[in-house]
Amino acid sequence: MSLPPDDEAPAHSSALAEFRAGVLTVLPVEIATVPFALLLGALAAQKGLSPLEVAAMSGIVFAGSSQFVALGLWQDPAPWALLAATAFTVNLRHVMMGASISRHLGRFGPVTKPVAMFFLADEIWAFAEKRALAAPLTPAYWAGLAGVFYLNWIAWTAVGAGLGAILTEPERYGFDFVFSAVFIGLIAGFWRGSRSAVVIAASAGMALLVERLAGGVWHIVAGGTAGAMVAAVLASLGGEAGDEA
Amino acid sequence: MRLEWANLLAFFAMGVATYATRLGGLWLVAALRPSRTVKAALDAVPVAVLTAVIAPEIVKGGPPDLIAAALTLLAAFRLPLLAAVALGVAAAVALRAVMA
Repeated sequence: MSLPPDDEAPAHSSALAEFRAGVLTVLPVEIATVPFALLLGALAAQKGLSPLEVAAMSGIVFAGSSQFVALGLWQDPAPWALLAATAFTVNLRHVMMGASISRHLGRFGPVTKPVAMFFLADEIWAFAEKRALAAPLTPAYWAGLAGVFYLNWIAWTAVGAGLGAILTEPERYGFDFVFSAVFIGLIAGFWRGSRSAVVIAASAGMALLVERLAGGVWHIVAGGTAGAMVAAVLASLGGEAGDEA
Repeated sequence: MRLEWANLLAFFAMGVATYATRLGGLWLVAALRPSRTVKAALDAVPVAVLTAVIAPEIVKGGPPDLIAAALTLLAAFRLPLLAAVALGVAAAVALRAVMA
């Protein structure tokens, strides 16, 4: 082995350690994603898409929920303007996520930043936010979160298109609850006392209301905005006390 | 293997629209020059967005999912994330089987 010992290449090995930490952090969620990737591929095959086309879609769009919605609307020839407009609305939540994470991208360069943002998916973003609470967010950590997750998503959606419907109800085995449970666990990590409970109540209440009234995809942006606005109101009412908590 | 131009065009249209949402937040913050109030709002975004994503799904799941969600939250305050998630998923699967 001609690898240098760790102490001879501190910068390199710490980037490697960051990368590895990112990979390991996202691994459990990645495994839970596989059944949904297979399901998406199977749905796409039903709509007449080839495994190669499914891989292209996953690699170019890389946004699971909007891909599911798109396949619901899919026709031949593909209604590209409708699909683009729908993807935009389904993915509007990224604007809030990007606004929040942008304050932790100090170590990202002018090229790294937009490249990293291409991989802004719910899970990657949430784990990155959690990381930023404890340590400066590095491009290597982000790459660890995003890289394998991205390839995993492309590969398993393509496999699903090749296999067809082998797993039709991931929720029967509890795979769907993995995402809810991870997000709940992360919420606990972001907890800042009663302030957080108020944000959760506002967000959940608005999300449920909008979901009931409008259906579709608006509940995430509506709920997220309601929660953020309540926090802003609390901060302006609380004066200087808003800085601690 | 087949790769139709019309489909590829649709994927790129979706991809561009999606990438715009991914960059939009950076532009927004750069344009806003956040005040203390805006900063408080942004600080709340992780909790607010995560809640908004899962709330309808958990409510749709009915009592088994609501109980499992509460258990997950309690566990997450005491256990590492992975252990809390494992416990929560096990609870959801068991409660769905028992209460269905």
